[in-house]
Amino acid sequence: MSETITKPVSPPASRDPAPRNRQKLSLRQKLSIADVRYSPYLFISPFFILFAITGLFPLLFTAYISLFDWELLDDTGKFIGLENYATLLGDDQFWNALVNTVSIFLLSSVPQVIIAVLLAALLNTNLRASTGWRVGVLVPYVASLVAVGIIFGNLFGVQYGLVNSVLETFGLDRINWQNDRLASHVAIAVMVNWRWTGYNTLIVLAAMQAIPRDLIEAAVVDGANAVRRFVSIVLPLLRPTLIFVIITSTIGGLQIFTEPRLFTELPGSSNGGAENQFQTVTLYMYQSGFQYQDLGYASAIAWALFLVIIVFALINFLLTRRIASSGEADR
Amino acid sequence: MTAVTLLGRRTPASRGRRGLTFGDRRARFWVYGLLIAFLLGSAFPLYWSFLVASRDTSILTEHVPPLLPGGNFFANAARVFDTVPFWKALGNSVIVGGVVTLTTVFFSTLAGFAFAKLRFRGRDGLFLFVVATLAVPTQLGIIPLYIAMSDLGWTGTLWAAMVPNLVTAIGVFWMRQYTAQVVPYELIEAARVDGCSMIRVYWHVCLPAVRPAAAFLAMFTFMTSWNDFMWPLIVLNADNPTVQVALEKLQAGYYVDYSLVLAGTTLATIPILIILILLGRQIVAGIMHGAVKG
Repeated sequence: MSETITKPVSPPASRDPAPRNRQKLSLRQKLSIADVRYSPYLFISPFFILFAITGLFPLLFTAYISLFDWELLDDTGKFIGLENYATLLGDDQFWNALVNTVSIFLLSSVPQVIIAVLLAALLNTNLRASTGWRVGVLVPYVASLVAVGIIFGNLFGVQYGLVNSVLETFGLDRINWQNDRLASHVAIAVMVNWRWTGYNTLIVLAAMQAIPRDLIEAAVVDGANAVRRFVSIVLPLLRPTLIFVIITSTIGGLQIFTEPRLFTELPGSSNGGAENQFQTVTLYMYQSGFQYQDLGYASAIAWALFLVIIVFALINFLLTRRIASSGEADR
Repeated sequence: MTAVTLLGRRTPASRGRRGLTFGDRRARFWVYGLLIAFLLGSAFPLYWSFLVASRDTSILTEHVPPLLPGGNFFANAARVFDTVPFWKALGNSVIVGGVVTLTTVFFSTLAGFAFAKLRFRGRDGLFLFVVATLAVPTQLGIIPLYIAMSDLGWTGTLWAAMVPNLVTAIGVFWMRQYTAQVVPYELIEAARVDGCSMIRVYWHVCLPAVRPAAAFLAMFTFMTSWNDFMWPLIVLNADNPTVQVALEKLQAGYYVDYSLVLAGTTLATIPILIILILLGRQIVAGIMHGAVKG
């Protein structure tokens, strides 16, 4: 019966030795063949069913709702075509939120990837208690986003915040972390970096350890110095991993919600500061849908953001490929 | 920058169990120095929140704040339990996290087994679909999801918090990669010869073999669920919150009592911190293993 496992419906590479005779098929055997043929579908079906219901369908239905004037408590909405999108294009608050999101995203992802690569290089040396260090860099990851938002909201407080006290001790001016647009973006980016750098470091470290040693040794024999080895060999070989890290941080980073929501002087508000100076697109979507109760408009925002994410993911993908492959060409 | 210049000076062939090795004694000193600095920076915000939680808010007005904890932590923690239904929130988070973890691990190992070890028509295409869904920002589908939950009358109940998270693409992906490596075909075939049905092969052969990866997936899922905020905020209310929603409510108000609020964040972080301390090695191995295969 063993052949039924490895060479059923589709033929590819059977690990099974010579096929065995199958002359008579009892009911038991038929059942067994059915088991082999259909069980795989049964096993994967929970994921596909649940994903269809709770992931794919809602996303598509969001596009449908975005064509309606649909209030939070309505059973159904009124069809208005593309009006929500037309409003969106002329909505200063949306564009403001989009600029904020991109700004926070860049401030958080660029340093994060750079630090993660450098830190991974440090961890990749011959350390004592290497596991201890790795667990150590992961510590911020255990803090919840809410805790991070609250803690950093406190640290970056204008009047009593520790960051400002330290600045003052060094004779610098206090910075209004909440009200100044750029400063608030920096503060939020610091939270994101703080929580995620260690996690990404481990991913990059894993990729570094997968680099074959003879490649490096060959470069040493050829007289490449450390910097050259790092730029010409290690970085290009990290390319797939860096693409992975950058794409995931794009998808997550552009949806940033919790940190800006909690980083406010007016807790519970979704304004993102008095003049929306750090309101992100997801925050604006939440505000439109669940506070202004306009689900149709919120859905239009969601789809607009979805498109932005796709565009950014593609740009990042192309850029990363370019950068990494130019490094490869040097070699 | 510093790190780059530190790499090297010594041939990578010397010493070292794994991969690249760099640095002589002086470089080594710098490596440890930088790492210690980074770790202190990493740990400081958490320590600070405990510090404020263990004193009273006057610490915030002091120009040079004390760096040792005071004795008020338990008093502040007790106030957390008085201010918001924190016990209930803890219970809810444990229930939601527990259920979500169980179903995610079960469905992911099952699908991972099928994708890795069984052959069926459309397998590669379907798996590609799973990988593609990793890139779908499902958070943007929350509006219809909310409408569905409220039509079902589930808003305000834990069902609403659990149902959208019962299985994840990352879980399926991860278990497939691991299962492909560790479960030998010979074992599956042997079990089949002994008359095991497919589901029993899964249970008796696959599951024991993938236990380390499943354990990691469980921890990872539980942590993600425990820290989830946006969705519970939307579907749950202040009377029946998860820990994160309760924390947010703790902070809501015109005057923020930081000793109280940061006592709350400390309480909410401790369970996950304990998991990290106890199982750090496995969590690190899990993240790194998944990364290489990814």
